[in-house]
Amino acid sequence: MTHLLSSLVIMLLGVAACGFYFVFSNWLLLRIFPVRRVSLQQQAVNIQRAALIRPWLFLAPALGFLGLYLVYPVVESVRLSLFDRGGDAFVGVANYRWLFASEEFQESLLNNLLWLLVVPACSTFLGLVIAAMTDKVRWGNIAKSLVFMPMAISFIGASIIWKFIYEYRGEGSEQIGLLNAVVEYLGGTAQPWITLHFWNNLFLMVILVWIQTGFAMVILSAALRGIPEETVEAAVLDGANGVQIFFKIMIPQIWSTIAVVWTTITITVLKVFDIVLAMTNGQWKTQVLANMMYDWMFRGGGDFGRGAAIAVIIMVAVIPVMIWNIRQANAQMEGR
Amino acid sequence: MVTVTKPLSSTDSPYQSRGLLSTLRRSPLTLLTHLSVIVIVVMWTLPTAGLLISSLRDKEQLAVSGWWTSLSPSTQRLMVRSVPPDAQLEEGGRYVLRGKVSDDQALQVLAFGWSSREPAAYAVGDVAQMRKGQTLSISSNGEYELSSPEPFSGARGKRLFYTAKIPPRFGLDNYREVLTTGGIGQSFINSLTVTIPATVIPILIAAFAAYALSWMAMPGRGLLIALIVGLLVVPLQMSLIPLLRMYNQIGSTFGVDAKSYLGIWLAHTGFGLPLAIYLLRNYIANLPKEIIESARVDGANDFEIFTRIILPLSFPALASFAIFQFLWVWNDLLVATVFLGTGEQQMVLTARLREMLGSYGGNWEVLTASAFVSMAVPLLVFFSLQRYLVRGLLSGSVK
Repeated sequence: MTHLLSSLVIMLLGVAACGFYFVFSNWLLLRIFPVRRVSLQQQAVNIQRAALIRPWLFLAPALGFLGLYLVYPVVESVRLSLFDRGGDAFVGVANYRWLFASEEFQESLLNNLLWLLVVPACSTFLGLVIAAMTDKVRWGNIAKSLVFMPMAISFIGASIIWKFIYEYRGEGSEQIGLLNAVVEYLGGTAQPWITLHFWNNLFLMVILVWIQTGFAMVILSAALRGIPEETVEAAVLDGANGVQIFFKIMIPQIWSTIAVVWTTITITVLKVFDIVLAMTNGQWKTQVLANMMYDWMFRGGGDFGRGAAIAVIIMVAVIPVMIWNIRQANAQMEGR
Repeated sequence: MVTVTKPLSSTDSPYQSRGLLSTLRRSPLTLLTHLSVIVIVVMWTLPTAGLLISSLRDKEQLAVSGWWTSLSPSTQRLMVRSVPPDAQLEEGGRYVLRGKVSDDQALQVLAFGWSSREPAAYAVGDVAQMRKGQTLSISSNGEYELSSPEPFSGARGKRLFYTAKIPPRFGLDNYREVLTTGGIGQSFINSLTVTIPATVIPILIAAFAAYALSWMAMPGRGLLIALIVGLLVVPLQMSLIPLLRMYNQIGSTFGVDAKSYLGIWLAHTGFGLPLAIYLLRNYIANLPKEIIESARVDGANDFEIFTRIILPLSFPALASFAIFQFLWVWNDLLVATVFLGTGEQQMVLTARLREMLGSYGGNWEVLTASAFVSMAVPLLVFFSLQRYLVRGLLSGSVK
């Protein structure tokens, strides 16, 4: 309880410190470059100088945090990936050589690739279909809200929810997991799904699809509503049916949004870690890069060199999306 | 006020004005749509509903039957020991042990037996002939009678097997258990401790930066914005090892604990900033130019413009980010396990759940209730502030 109180105090202190910084720096700036009680000419010069400095005062705390917590670590991770487990001795590309020879890494890479193919595709497709359908029913907003809900649930919480669904009880006893109960109802045999290689990967992916579909749906639904009605009306007049309108008129107009959704989910997939950690911890050939990295960070006291090397691999996979995003953002700014 | 994005309302739906029934009558395709949406909604809510229902069930029933059967009485095979031989009475030359298999008033015994090989060999009302002339009978309300021509011996009672129909039982027992004994209560407070400052502090820092990047002339602005868009997708994994090393070094140099709340607050602030700046900049840059220019003409400096005009006008964007950051920090496991200790005073809910998954693997009454406790706050935030969340999502994804 005392922690909670101290957190409230810290929150107030933090806000006060931010406020104080901004007020104080602004006051200091006005002291150094006064605009009152100076000659008109000096006033103009001072206003100009203050205007030159003020943006950097506004930006300084943010840039400080970004530099310390994101930019510096990226550089440092690349450096550490060339050093040994404690980060003391330079080992060249030994960590990468080890990585590419390691079976665990190859398995993770393959699984990650599978995740990258399946999860963004399924989430985007389902999101699009659900967005199109819920727009057509009166209670669509309630439906959207419920499909969107898993977004609020932590990956760990979602893992528990789905572990309960995949729960396996030995043969002969009543299955309390929904999946096995359905399988038995349909005449099949219950299976410990999480341990069956290859398919178990898909069962883990279902969890992320379940979470991400709502995100895809919300964004695509807004894009669908943004389609000019004239285009749809023209197609109706030309005798197109619903399916044709959807695939030939609506989809082409929202391609860029689909790409945004796809890439955003791709990034999430690359970072997925909690689900694998909670469901299997990489056993039964379900290892992925992010979980492997976490594992090496602490395994046997922690191997920072190898951990950093895996992180760099994840980063390399992210870079194309990063470049694409920056280009899109630049184009958007120029367009305005 | 300028809205950055199109609000998600269904007013422009072509079916809005028509009655539901007439719509249904009009086209079988519409009926199909309705049905599909119902199926989808059921599929998406069923997993969570199952967890919620299970967490409210009696823990013995939860362990043996699926939650979808929870409304019908469950049939369970159970074993109980009779009262010990000390309690025997002598009646008409025979020795008798009497008692009840369960205190449960609503329990209904269907069958019973005296050996584990045939636990349901006798129907209620039968008298089971056991070895050495002993007999056993159990009535449907659970009362049993063991009788023997010789005195019962030994220290323990005899084993009785019975099959009973137990009516569904719901209650908050599981929650009471995890909140008082499982450490979930403490973790709940720890999670709040982490989340509150980590949500509020980045907002102010980001708002100032976003304003500078939208309305203040400066060299390199485009480059900075590009940098922030780039940092949006930098995987957290890149930051973990260097920061862990840095924290450990600071910890050992100054003789303080490397894993502290201060450390995680600052880390979450740093990790949340790119999104915060990006979201807020998108919003603030789209505020009407006239307001800001007329304030400038009136002699207000940037600082005044920011605090008097921009901050109040940006409330929706600030709320959007606050919700994002709240959900992200509350649901985060990775940052918490790396930068925060696992002691009783520091373990957050997600870390606790992960630990429970390992140690209570099959105790679903503990897991379901704990998971729901951890989900309660984000779900509450989600359903009450969904509007802002959606708005944030729409302006937050790079378009």
